[in-house]
Amino acid sequence: MSILVDEKSKVCVQGITGREGMVRTRLMKDYGTHVVAGVTPGKGGGDVYGIPVFDSVQEAWEKTGPIDISVIFVPAALVKNAALEAIDAGVKLLVLVPDRVPIFDVLEVSHFAEENGASFVGPNTLGLLSPGRAVLGMIGGRAERAREWFRPGKIGVTSRSGGMTSAISYYLTEAGLGQSTIIHVGGDAVVGLSHPEVVERFEHDGQTEMVVLFGEIGTTQEERVADLIEKGKFTKPLIAFVGGKAAKSGTRFSHAGAIVEGTRGSYDSKVKRLKEVGAHVVDTVSDIPRMALKLTKGGSG
Amino acid sequence: MARLYEFQSKKLLKEAGIRIPEGDVAASPDDAARITEKIGKPVVLKIQVWVTGRARVGGIQFADTPDEAKHKARQMLGMKVKNFVVDKVLIEEKLSIKSEYFAGLVIDDAQKTPVLIFSSVGGTGIEEIVRDHPESVSQIPVDVVKGLKDYQARNLVRKTGISGKLLIALPSVLVKLFEVAREYDARSAEINPLVLTEDNLLYAADCHLAVDDYAVFRHPELGIDVAREFDRPPMPLEKIAYRVEEKDYRGTFYFLQMAEEIPEDEKYIGFNGAGGGGSMMSMDAVLNRGFKLANYCDTSGNPSASKVYRAAKIILSQPRIKGYFASGSGVASQEQYHSARGLVKAFHEENLDIPGVIRLGGNFEEEAIAILRDYLKDIPANVEGYGRDDSPEFCAERMDELIGENHNASHKVRPIQDPDIPAEAYSFETFTGKICFNHERCARCRSQGCVSACKPEILKLREGKPVLAVSEEEAKKGKCTECLACEIFCKFHEQDAVTIHLPIPGLKEYRDKICSEKV
Repeated sequence: MSILVDEKSKVCVQGITGREGMVRTRLMKDYGTHVVAGVTPGKGGGDVYGIPVFDSVQEAWEKTGPIDISVIFVPAALVKNAALEAIDAGVKLLVLVPDRVPIFDVLEVSHFAEENGASFVGPNTLGLLSPGRAVLGMIGGRAERAREWFRPGKIGVTSRSGGMTSAISYYLTEAGLGQSTIIHVGGDAVVGLSHPEVVERFEHDGQTEMVVLFGEIGTTQEERVADLIEKGKFTKPLIAFVGGKAAKSGTRFSHAGAIVEGTRGSYDSKVKRLKEVGAHVVDTVSDIPRMALKLTKGGSG
Repeated sequence: MARLYEFQSKKLLKEAGIRIPEGDVAASPDDAARITEKIGKPVVLKIQVWVTGRARVGGIQFADTPDEAKHKARQMLGMKVKNFVVDKVLIEEKLSIKSEYFAGLVIDDAQKTPVLIFSSVGGTGIEEIVRDHPESVSQIPVDVVKGLKDYQARNLVRKTGISGKLLIALPSVLVKLFEVAREYDARSAEINPLVLTEDNLLYAADCHLAVDDYAVFRHPELGIDVAREFDRPPMPLEKIAYRVEEKDYRGTFYFLQMAEEIPEDEKYIGFNGAGGGGSMMSMDAVLNRGFKLANYCDTSGNPSASKVYRAAKIILSQPRIKGYFASGSGVASQEQYHSARGLVKAFHEENLDIPGVIRLGGNFEEEAIAILRDYLKDIPANVEGYGRDDSPEFCAERMDELIGENHNASHKVRPIQDPDIPAEAYSFETFTGKICFNHERCARCRSQGCVSACKPEILKLREGKPVLAVSEEEAKKGKCTECLACEIFCKFHEQDAVTIHLPIPGLKEYRDKICSEKV
């Protein structure tokens, strides 16, 4: 198995006729993602690479049957409405690719998603990929590269950096270790599925035996992963790297932020918490495949 | 987060119905006297900067008369606080304080919701107060769709031990504070102290709002110049960079100066990262090697070659850097030859005099590295290209070695010369610039390789010379992706007949200024 997406998931692309939408649809289709519909209001009736285009998600659902996932490639200012539309139509997983989505828009989407039992990845995400099965978003760039860089296996990868999602997974492949699903949770301060929600899904995934996490300074995601381990809700081996050690911490502007977060968010806090609960924290990215090999005891991943 | 000054934030609170002290902003000592005269009471003078702890540095002073205010303002204007030079002082009536509270709003990434915090003790040292007296603080998540209701705010205030009439007045301020934050897309908003005066009126005595960078476009009325997180006003080069980012949506270009002044004898380098995580990792690698960063820059999200070119030109507007270091995640999904071509064009124009280490791992990295290798042979500097199998640590080491081989020589910024384009040249506009073909030279061309180098296929041959295959309008709207392939091909393999002019508004003037200062 994998998490969130596999070759059977029925996918629709909102904004399929735009610059990015079109290019990335090609990648997804070539890789094997089951893209059943595209949506661009006003352009219904056409097609993109043989995928029918509809005027709304609801129409796509009516004509092509239930849709599992919607990948959104519309301009940042329109992401909120596109996401609400998909959730309203009944889609349970969204991938919000664009960056620069206003934070209150993200909060509204989150609110509506929760009410409707839906989840979303992003915004500001490269997407996710289950090797050999399907890709959502733009990881890998081209299908043949994605096939070369990422191989099916037992390691789950979750990262706050898009580039590092690919980089870590590639270095694992090079070391002979495949991946179950690799996911870029998004680079923004508030994202839909964040590290803790992702590792919980990896916990329940039979294929995943180990998780690699790429963290960064800021937010409380890494600390919350440590909380999960402490509570026994995540029990698989975790290798973690936290970026931003050398970045000088900025002048704190908000007392309110300090009151809510305390010292959470800093490099030291994240590393300390993760180590306390037994995660394998590494100092450089090149240590990740080495550590993974050590933990699999020479297994083929 | 784009920060607002105290006086700007207070204006927004006032419009929402929160009481603020009478006052105005002074930019000169005379202004200060006039404002104090108008207030007609003892006043407080407060420097307008984006850092906390103003009192400790003499940034908050009192005056009883217009003359005294004028004198104090003269001392305060021009003061330097961190990277800030004070150019505005807020002058307000001095309040007779009975008690102080704290109200703040922050967005909690764990709950994915705004959280409102109230403390029955406020003022300086609020974070310590909260730590030592947790019972005085209460917080609630706010429903982002429904907003904050009176009764919710009342319960919040009640939990901090407040009773009586204040249970009407304080919640009303909180509800309004949330409305202001929501209306203006604030990432953070706080009133500290929220003051109760001797005559039992509530005033927002100090206030800070920070607007979500991504929502700044919704609020032109706020006049935010550069929607970036800064703890000081943006520097001229940052403003130039931001204009580039604003005008070109293809990919991301983020530029931040890390040093105000670059001394001759220190190991500063120009940094060009790609992607947040990859940049951070690469930055860690160079910093661990003892380098200092003149700037932080991120060109990612599949930027056009023209955008990377502009980024490089801006990075190379920093005098005295010792090297150019570019590195991202190592396995980028973006097409790396765009970045390679952008750098080649910039390095040639600059006739680059300092070494470069360019780590362009990812999609089409072989092609990208070949572009760097083949086309940067005849510039003074040594530029090396690396890919996904070369670690940032190794690249940082190479940077160090190359700088040593270059005898730690410093980068010299030179004036920008606009390209010399013959009036009769065939030309058309692109998304952010202009492309010209000198057809006289094209007559000598054997390969017409510019046409085959053009991946978007917007060029065709007419009488053996390249012309647009699409309409001028289509080319300008983005059919021409500004990939720079035609220019580079022609320069190195043919007649050097193609010129792509990609202006960077303000950069020419900026460089002229730097160059004249040096003399």
